[in-house]
Amino acid sequence: MRTTGRQLLLITILGWGVALLLFFPIFWMVLTSFKSEVAAIEVPPRLLFTPTLESYAEVQARADYLHFALNSVIVSVGGTVLALALGIPAAYAMAFHPTRRTRSTLLWMLSTKMLPSVGVLVPIYLLFRTFGLLDSRAGLVVIYALMNLPIVVWMLFTFFKEVPGEILEAGRMDGARTGAEFWHLLLPLTVPGIASTGLLSLILCWNEAFWSLNLTSSEAAPLTAFIASFSSPQGLFFAKLSAASTVAVAPILVFGWLSQRQLVRGLTFGAVK
Amino acid sequence: MAMRRIAIAFAAAIVAAWPMATLHAQSTLTIATVNNGDMVVMQRLSARFEQQHPAIRLRWVVLEENVLRQRVTTDIATRAGQFDIMTIGNYEVPIWARQGWLSALENLPAEYDVNDILAPVRAGISHENKLYALPFYAESAMTYYRTDLLQRAGVTMPAEPTYAQIREIAEKVTDKANQVYGLCLRGKPGWGENMGFLTPLVTAFGGQWFDAQWRPRIDTPQWRSAIGWYTDAMRQFGPPGATSNGFNENLALMAGGRCGIWIDATVAAGLLFDPKQSQVADRIGFAPMPTGEFTGGPTWLWSWNLAIPATSRQQDAARTFITWATSKEYVRMVAQENGWVAVPPGTRQSTYDSQEYQQAAPFAGFVQRAIMSANPNAQTREPRPYTGAQFVAIPEYQGIGTQVGQTIASTLTGAPVEQALRSAQSATDRAMRQAGYPK
Repeated sequence: MRTTGRQLLLITILGWGVALLLFFPIFWMVLTSFKSEVAAIEVPPRLLFTPTLESYAEVQARADYLHFALNSVIVSVGGTVLALALGIPAAYAMAFHPTRRTRSTLLWMLSTKMLPSVGVLVPIYLLFRTFGLLDSRAGLVVIYALMNLPIVVWMLFTFFKEVPGEILEAGRMDGARTGAEFWHLLLPLTVPGIASTGLLSLILCWNEAFWSLNLTSSEAAPLTAFIASFSSPQGLFFAKLSAASTVAVAPILVFGWLSQRQLVRGLTFGAVK
Repeated sequence: MAMRRIAIAFAAAIVAAWPMATLHAQSTLTIATVNNGDMVVMQRLSARFEQQHPAIRLRWVVLEENVLRQRVTTDIATRAGQFDIMTIGNYEVPIWARQGWLSALENLPAEYDVNDILAPVRAGISHENKLYALPFYAESAMTYYRTDLLQRAGVTMPAEPTYAQIREIAEKVTDKANQVYGLCLRGKPGWGENMGFLTPLVTAFGGQWFDAQWRPRIDTPQWRSAIGWYTDAMRQFGPPGATSNGFNENLALMAGGRCGIWIDATVAAGLLFDPKQSQVADRIGFAPMPTGEFTGGPTWLWSWNLAIPATSRQQDAARTFITWATSKEYVRMVAQENGWVAVPPGTRQSTYDSQEYQQAAPFAGFVQRAIMSANPNAQTREPRPYTGAQFVAIPEYQGIGTQVGQTIASTLTGAPVEQALRSAQSATDRAMRQAGYPK
C-alpha cells in the first residue's frame, strides 16, 4: 500500500501533535521554574513574563544538589549493573536451555511487577532495619536491582531468543565452553540488546520515587527525595518545585537524548516481528 | 625489631588519642520535618544552634506532608529508629504517646517557660498530663474575605457570620465572567484536606461522626443538610475543578484575587497579608469561622510539633534542640531575621504580648482569641466517645476520613448527596467493625 502525500501530511501532523502533547508538561515545568512564585500561580497563566533565577538560587541555597545527584548516579548505575549481572545468566539459561517450566517462570517473574509496592513496604522496611540497610546506598542498589529484574530478564530473554541456537552449537562443536560461548559468540551478537536493557533500567532507577523516599533519609537520598522536599503543604512552592524538578531531570534527559536510538530499539523490540 | 617498635608506637598513639576522640564525639541528630515556610526558616537558623552547640550536628530530612506522615509512621511503628526528632501534628501526638512511641518531656528548664505555651495547644500534645511534644506553630480556622468585592456588591461581613449568611454573600460576590468565585472551600479528598473543613461544618449543623457506642452517624439529616449546603454552594459559587483544591490551591486562588470568601486555617493570614505572596494583601478582611444551628461544639485546633521517638539513642541532644527551636528566644531570632510578621504563630503568649508583633500582624489578636477559645474536646450536639474538631482522634481515622472524603468529593462533580452519604455510612461501618469497635 502506498502512502499518498495527504496521508503523509496527516501522519506528520499527528506525530508532531502527540510529541508536543507529551513534551508540554516538561516545557511548562521549565517555564514555571523561571517565574516568580506569584507569577507561577497566576490564572490565566502568562507565556510572556520577566524571567528570574530566584527559584534556582533558593533551591541551591536550601539543599546540596550534588550530594543527591551523586547518590542518584551511584544507586541507578549500581542497581542496573546488579540487575544485569543477575539477569544475563538467567535469561541465557531460559533462552538456550529451556525446561517445561520456563514459560511459567517468566510469567511468574513478570507477575511480581503487578503487586503494588506499598503492599510489601512493612516487610521490606523490617528486613532493611534488621540488616542495617536503611538509609544506605547498598540497600537501594539491592532494591532497585530486584525491582527491575523481571523487566531485565524479559527483555534479555527476547534478545537472546533472536540469536540462532545453531551459532552457539557450532561454537560448542569447536570446543568452546559456556564462558567462551557467552563472551565470544553471544555477547558480540547481543550487545545492542543488553545496552538498551541497561539504559531502560537506568532510567527506571533514576525516576523511582517510592522506595527511595521510604528507605532513605539523608545519607543515601537520591534526587527524587530532593524534589519531594520542595513540595509543600503551606505557602507557594510551584516555582521552586519546578526549578528542583528541572535540575533533577536534566541529567537523565540529556542522557536519554544521547542514547535515544538504543532506547527506541529496546522498547520496540519484537513489536514488528 | 623496627616493625615491632612501629607497632608499639602506633598502639600508643591510638590509646593517647582515644580520650580526645571521645571528647570531640559528636551527636548527629536526624530531623524529619515538613516543608513549610516556618520549617525552612528553622532549617536556615539552625546553623546558629550548631555554633552554640558544637557537639551536636543536624541532618534534615524535609518532606511533603503526606509523604512525611507515611515515612515517620512506618519508622516509628516498626521501631526502626531512623529519626531522632519528628515533626508531627496534634492528631498523632496523643495516639503515639499512648502506644509508648514517644519520650515524655518532663522537667523542662525553667527558662523554657512551659506555661507560656498557650493552654489549648499544650493540652493537645499532652497525654495523661505529660507533654510528649513541643509546639512549633499552631492554628485555628477563620473566614477570609475580599473587602473590595464585598463593598462593590453592597454587602458587609457580619462580625460573627453564619453559614447561611456566607452563602448569601458568596452569591452576591460571584462574577464568573471575570473569574471571581464567591466561595472557595477545600474539595481535594483526604482526611486532612476536605474532611478538615467538612467535619467542623457537620458539627455546626448538629451532626457528628460516631454516637456514644461508636456507631457511624453519617447517613443522618444533619450530615445531609451540611453536605447539601456545601455541595450546593460550591457548585454554584465555587471555582471550577474544586475537587483538586486543597489548602494550597485555595491559597493560590485567594492570593491571586479569584475568591470572594475563603474559610480555612489561621496560618494563611500571614501569607495573605504578605505583599510578596499575595496580590490582594491590602484588601483582605477576616471574621471568625462561621456557625450553624449548633454552637459551642468542638473548634478547630492544629499544631505542628517536634517530638522525640522513644527509639532515639540521643535523647538529651534531641531535647536540647527541640527546646531551642520552640523557645521564646527562637521567636525573637526569627523576628530579627525576617520581621515579626514571619514568626511562627499560635504557640506562645509572649509572642502575642509583643507590641512589635501586634503592629506587624493586624490579625494577631484575632488569631490568639481563636486559638485560646479553641476546644477540640468539646461535645457535639449528641454525646460522642472521641475528641478532635477537624478530625477524629483514633488511629483508624486516617483511612476512614480519606475514604469518606473521596465519596463526598464526588458530590461536587454531580453524585447525589444522599447516595454518597449512604455509601460513606456503610464503608465506615465496615471499617469500624473490622477495627473491633466498640472497644
